[in-house]
Amino acid sequence: MADQTSTADAWPASAADLIPPGRKRLGRALVAVATLGLLAIIAVQILYKSEASTIGFETWQPVVYAYLLWGVALGIGQVMTRGESGQRALFLLPALLFTIAMVIFPTLFGLYIALTDWNLSSFSGRRFNGLDNFWQMLGDPYYRNALFNMVLYVLAVLVEYVIAFSLALLLNAQIRARKFFRVVFLMPLMLSPVAVSWMIGKSLMEYRFGPAATLARHLGWENPAFFSDPTTARISIMVLDAWTFIPFMMIMLLAGLQAMSREVIEAARVDGANAWQSFWQVTFPLMLPVSLTAVILRIIFKLKLADIIITVTSGGPGGATDSVSSFIYREYRDRSNVGYGTMLAMVYLVIIIVFVTVLLKVANRFVRNVN
Amino acid sequence: MSALTTDHAASEVRSPASFVASRVFIYGALVFWAFICLFPIYWTVTTSFKVAVDVTQGHLVPFVDFQPDWKGWRSLGLSPDSIFETSTVRDEFLKRFMNSVITSVGASSLALVIGSLAAYGLTRYRYQFALFKNEDISFFFLSQLILPPVVLALPFLVLYREVALLDTRIGLILLYTLMVLPIVIWIMRDQFNSIPVELEEAALVDGLSIWGAFLRIVVPIALPGMVAAFILAMVLCWNEYFFAALLTSTDAKTIPVMVASQTGSQGINWWSMAALATAAITPLAVIGIALERYLIMGMTAGSVK
Repeated sequence: MADQTSTADAWPASAADLIPPGRKRLGRALVAVATLGLLAIIAVQILYKSEASTIGFETWQPVVYAYLLWGVALGIGQVMTRGESGQRALFLLPALLFTIAMVIFPTLFGLYIALTDWNLSSFSGRRFNGLDNFWQMLGDPYYRNALFNMVLYVLAVLVEYVIAFSLALLLNAQIRARKFFRVVFLMPLMLSPVAVSWMIGKSLMEYRFGPAATLARHLGWENPAFFSDPTTARISIMVLDAWTFIPFMMIMLLAGLQAMSREVIEAARVDGANAWQSFWQVTFPLMLPVSLTAVILRIIFKLKLADIIITVTSGGPGGATDSVSSFIYREYRDRSNVGYGTMLAMVYLVIIIVFVTVLLKVANRFVRNVN
Repeated sequence: MSALTTDHAASEVRSPASFVASRVFIYGALVFWAFICLFPIYWTVTTSFKVAVDVTQGHLVPFVDFQPDWKGWRSLGLSPDSIFETSTVRDEFLKRFMNSVITSVGASSLALVIGSLAAYGLTRYRYQFALFKNEDISFFFLSQLILPPVVLALPFLVLYREVALLDTRIGLILLYTLMVLPIVIWIMRDQFNSIPVELEEAALVDGLSIWGAFLRIVVPIALPGMVAAFILAMVLCWNEYFFAALLTSTDAKTIPVMVASQTGSQGINWWSMAALATAAITPLAVIGIALERYLIMGMTAGSVK
């Protein structure tokens, strides 16, 4: 499977030519038998499930075991037939087989589901209905709203970035008890977003007695309902999410600041730059690559945002705070609409892939132009 | 990093007044943000010791505003007076807790093993699989990071039902492994790249096989990185909600799902909610304080060159 071209600089030449031909044949036979076994079990199972035969298993679980055994046989076969280069392939094989089985197969299956009108609560089973789900999606105002919300949520990352950068600068200043503050600032990232958003969203920001609402009243906001009108609700969700994830960016930026050589800053000082100038003309440009990595990683995490919304607002009021993930989640939970939900998810995946690819390209070019 | 040396080259130039002002500003900002980070935790922990009237009147400080009560913990069967009695809620809670422990430790271990192996292979050897070379394989693994859970969730729901893995811990472990695998590979690739190849070459000359060299020489050196990857994976798995909410119902439910499903029919029992939330966040809070160094190491892997 994995063919290595050993280059001169990498490793001493392998002893592949010392493998006796009998062992090679045995290895090939093992892989062949395992492959045939796997195919046979799949065939038996398909026949049984399509009611063409009476022999078979109740569930598809044996196929999973067969796949596992096949993977083991493939690994042994690699070592037997190819010796040391087979041993090298063994490093990569488990992760590769695992990821392929867990991603490629479900995604293909998902593509198929997306083209059916499958509803788990209806008795008629699934029926292929082509692109109907897609046309329905184009006219779905709630999905469009969820996509629009994702744009807003992603834009909020910029604000998070500013805060995270300020915190990193604070932690990088000459302060006492740095370790204490670092641990405290890191805390929100460790805590379960569901548990915390429950406690913050539902009790700390509770309209009648929550301390946050009380504080807001003291500050002159007469009617501190954090989740009742669309704009406020969106901002509240952004704040909750930011609370959890700001430490993530902060830590990356702090590492960048600490890796920066002090001489550069000192040189700027000597040249007469004040703190503001030396930040904008020295620190910020030098931090650009780290900043972009942090922001892009954060955006990738942001695109998965769901749990906070599901627990705190369930998308309300009227779908105003829905992210795409939470909308699809409810599409399944409330309406059991697997076919339509999967179509939405697939379209979302395509949008994400295009968006992230463009983002990476732009970021790369940006860094190259500045440096 | 010269952390606590206080000889500022710059402060000699500036006036004492502006120095004091900047100190006040820096510590003020630090304390303010520390308050923002800690207050919700404080609120959660104290609320678990409140009775109804203390919650609705917004009392904040124990022993001053209100008298602490074990009510929240009693409703979980975990207060001093109820801990030795039988309690169905406590059994339920412990079951969920064990589910969370088993799935997150299981998934993190599995991801650490197969992820480290793959990362080691990718940093040390050159592979070619049809048209795909090392860079493509690395990209394939890392690109899983952008795959949102929602894309896989519904197909997995259907597939897991077919292979009888729905509502099992194994099913969750497999999915969580998939979720954290790119992160583990990312961290471990960085780790292995920082270990000089000469060490293994020497080991090979001494007669170890390549797997022997990996297990006896490389793994001990890369251990801190492995701990970092493991902890980070642990945190992500422990806090995962989306898959757990969709794919589990009775047997394999984890703590976050239990927390989220606590809305009773007659309003919310704040005290028991708070006790549950406290119990859910405590293990990671402890890990975070004790192993903060490794967490930071994991998060910053590969980002600073």
